[in-house]
Formats: sequence, C-alpha cells, structure tokens
Amino acid sequence: MCKLFSKYILIRGVFIAMPSHPSFVEKYLPYILIAPALGYMLFFIGYPLIQAIYLAFTKNGALSLENLDYLLHSPFSKFYEALTNTFLLVIVIIPIQVAIALGLAMLFNIKFKGRNVALYSIILPLTISDVAAGLIWYTMLSTNGFFNKLFINLGITSEPIYFFGYQFRQMEFLAIVITEIWRATAIVFVIVFAGLQMISQEHIEAAEVFGANVWQRLRYIVFPMLLPSLQAALIIRTLFAFQIFGVVWTLAGRDIPILAGEAYYEQVELKHQGVAAIYALVIAGISVAIGYLYIKLFKAKYLEAGT
Amino acid sequence: MVEKDTSMVKYYLFKIIIAGLVIIAVLWVITPFIISILYAFSDPTDYYSKEIIIPLHYTYEHVRKLVALGAGTAIINSVIVALMTIALSFALGLPAGYAFARFVFPGKDSLKLFIIGLRMFPIIVIAVPLVSLYIRLGLSDSLLGVALAHTAMALPFVIIITSSIFAGIPKELEEAGLIFGLDRTGAFLRITMPLALPGLAAAAIFTFIMSWNEVFIAAVLTLTNRTLPAFILTSAMAATDFIKFAASFIMILPAMIFVFIARRYLIAMWGITLR
Repeated sequence: MCKLFSKYILIRGVFIAMPSHPSFVEKYLPYILIAPALGYMLFFIGYPLIQAIYLAFTKNGALSLENLDYLLHSPFSKFYEALTNTFLLVIVIIPIQVAIALGLAMLFNIKFKGRNVALYSIILPLTISDVAAGLIWYTMLSTNGFFNKLFINLGITSEPIYFFGYQFRQMEFLAIVITEIWRATAIVFVIVFAGLQMISQEHIEAAEVFGANVWQRLRYIVFPMLLPSLQAALIIRTLFAFQIFGVVWTLAGRDIPILAGEAYYEQVELKHQGVAAIYALVIAGISVAIGYLYIKLFKAKYLEAGT
Repeated sequence: MVEKDTSMVKYYLFKIIIAGLVIIAVLWVITPFIISILYAFSDPTDYYSKEIIIPLHYTYEHVRKLVALGAGTAIINSVIVALMTIALSFALGLPAGYAFARFVFPGKDSLKLFIIGLRMFPIIVIAVPLVSLYIRLGLSDSLLGVALAHTAMALPFVIIITSSIFAGIPKELEEAGLIFGLDRTGAFLRITMPLALPGLAAAAIFTFIMSWNEVFIAAVLTLTNRTLPAFILTSAMAATDFIKFAASFIMILPAMIFVFIARRYLIAMWGITLR
C-alpha cells in the first residue's frame, strides 16, 4: 500500500525508521478506512428514512394525507391501541426488569462456587430470538402446557388457566410481560453487572474501615458509582422495548396491537406501504428521542472511556 | 460482603440464602428451555394427558413434520443470510474498527459517538421503505437483500467490537514489524490479524446470532425465500402446538451451540456492545 517510513538510521546497532512526509493516502488513512462503513450505514438509514417520509405523505406522486387519515381515523386502523399498548408494555416491563437485574447483579457480585455456570445460564435468553422466546413461553403457558399441568397436579387450581385467545387478552398481556421479563432482563443484568464489577473494592473497604454498615455502603458508595451503568441499561432496554414485535406476534397476534406489529400487518397483509411507513417513522421518532437523551447523558462517559 | 465478625450461624444462614436465590434465578431461566425441548419431542398422548407433566415417550415426528413443511430450506436460507452478513459487515467494519483502535485523528470522538448513536437506531424501520427500493433493484424476495439490511444492523456492533479487539493488541508489536521492514499492510496481516483472530471469530459468532435471530426485516423483505424466524412467524403460527414446540427447538439449537463454544467471549462482547 504505502510506506510510512522511508529512511532508516542506525542507532546502537539497530536500524530505526525515520518518518517521512506523509503521503495523501497516509494522511487520510483513518478516514479512508472508516468511510465505506459510515457511507453504508448512512445510506441504509438515510435513504429508507427519506423514502418512508415519501411513502407516508404522497399518493401517486402528489402530496397527500390519506395515509395519515387512515391511520388516525379508519375503523380498521388500530393506531391508538397500538400506541397505548406499546407504552403500557414498556411502563410495566422496564421497572420490573431493572429491579430484578439489579438484585441479580448484587447476588452475582458475591463470589460463590459455580458462579460462572450460573452466570452463563442466566445469560442464555440473550442468545435466542424473540420469536423463539414467545414459542417457548407458549409451551409453558398453553392449556396443556407445563404450568397448567403442574398447578392442576399440585392442586393449586382445578381448571386450566387460559392464557391465549382474544377473550383472554388480559392474560395474553400477562404472558407477554412474563416472556419479556424472562427474555430481556439479561440485557439489563449484563450492563449493571459489568458496572458493579468495575467498582473498586478499595472504596468499599475504605468505607468499612470508617464504620459504614452494609446499607450505608450500598447507599453512599455502590449506588452512586453504579448510576451510569444503570442509566445506560435503562435507556438501551427502553429503546429496544419500543420495537417489541416477535414475542407479541407469537403469543397474541393482533389481539394486542403494538407499533411494530401494526407496521408488519399493514405492510405484509394489507399492502398499505404508506401506513406502514408512518408506523416506522413513529418508532424511529421515539427511538431518536430516547437515543438523543442517551448521547446527551453519556457523552462525557464515552469520551472518558476511550475504547 | 460478609461481615468479618459475624457468628457462624449467621454466616451459614447467609450462605444458604445466597444459594437459594441463585438456584431460583437459574431455574427460572433454565426450566422453560428444558421443558420446551422435552415437549418438542413429546408423544402426543403424553402431552394431552393431564397427569403427565414431564413427557415419558418421545418421538422425532414433530421436528420431521416441520422440516417437511419447509423449515429445512428456511434453515439453509438463514445460514446463507448470516454468512453473507458476516462477510459484508466484516469487510466494511473491520477497517473502521482498526482505524478507531490505532489512529488519532481530528473528529475521531465525534465519529465514534455517531456510530454508537447509529447503533441505537431502530433498524427494523428500514425494512418497510426498503421494499420499494429492492423492487427497483431486483433484490425483492432475495437473500442478498435481507443480508444487506442485516449488515446495516450489525455494522455498528462489528465496528465497536473489532475496535476494542484491536485496541487490546499492543501497538508496539506492529511498530516492531514496521522497523523490521514490513509495510503497514504487512504488519497488519502478519502481526495484528493472527493475534486478533480468536476475538474476531467470537465477533463473527455474535454477528451470526444477530442475523439468525432477526425476524422483522426478514419477514417484511421476503415472500418465498424465508429465513427460519420469518418462516416460523408466517407458517408455524397456524400449525398445531407440536409444530410450535419443534419450531422453538430448531430456532434455539444453533444459537445455544455457538454460545457454548464462545461463552467466555460472548459475555465480554455483550459488555462492550451494550455499555
């Protein structure tokens, strides 16, 4: 490619290279290396966004609000339901996930036998798709599923609990919440656990020397130092929670409409490209707002970390 | 965080509580995996019997039926898409990751922050508008089209992971190579690459899993050439319970094998990419 060093001088029996004047390629090498990736991403995010706006607000090449009108006013559109359900799921799921992940991180911060094996088990749901997670919990909760049989045989219930079907929508909602907690708590856990491990033991020991009890050590040392990881986990999880699709679609279909599910339905089943595009834009808008918050809050932290 | 001066009783009580909590947590995560795998091979009579919670008789029939329905082709499609995604995202992402790890240049921090920001972008929303572009480009319903979109999804992660892998390899080794007469390309290929290879292999597995698991883009962009999750989402939902169980088994199997192979790397990688 290009030679960085052109001259060599002899010092203590070793040839040492002298830097030459950098060529054009040498000078801009990092930019040349980054440009293809950046260009690719800008195209694959920028073009679809512009295209989505075009699809959403034009009809036969002319400006039109027909899609928006369908979205907001058509009896076939479930936009408000989808928006409500998506927000409701996020509001219900995220606090539970954060609480469980925090507790788990504290638990796994204690050294015990078999910790690594337990750690790998806890993280397993991270590796499977949301569709698979939905199907797994269908196995657990269906009428002839594991929990119903277990409860009936233990005498806890006499009749099976019905989780699926339009008339049991509230139970479907519960099934989705359970599945999401099972599937995605691990993401929060990994981030919080990593943050917890970064806290130097010396700080805690110093507090111990000065007579701080367990609660005081948690309250005044661990929690403040854990806060950045916790915030990061919270925002990443929230971001992905707004894109929830596979779990809902496998467990409830359109019984519980959600934003991504409606986008899929309008696009694939009804061929309403423009309406699907508006759903895409709504999800993108929510995500950009949360992402902006993320960058704003953590800019300093990333620049500090350096890697 | 055991108090040093607590009595033995208190100490053992603490230990028992910890063990109990860990067991509950592990069981909560593991049980659904085990049950769904057992049910995927369960004999129908065992499944419909109210008394039998853990099936006693097993059959391959459900998995065989699912494969006959088209899951076999879908698995092959998924593998092809994932491999294309790895090739594309590494070809584009590796140089960028290297640049972030090795060079100091104006605008580096902003560029890196921008890529971290792009990682946050909900890639599923690009699927809908891409449909019309793909029709024009002749890519509609093609595996390459899905792989191109998956590359856009995986690229920020590949850049961040490879950058941290390269940053972990001492720059001095490369400089030594330069002194002894290698040029930059040679130093990269003959010194840095061999050292980075295990980490890069794990990153490839990470990318494979990302693509293998993705369902929304694949389901929107394909009609006949379904990947496995898209096939299951569209076909298996109307099928009997057993087909659903078999479907979840087929979907989780490769991911779990890969995770077992690369488990040490994967935890570190999730740490890096999610931070």
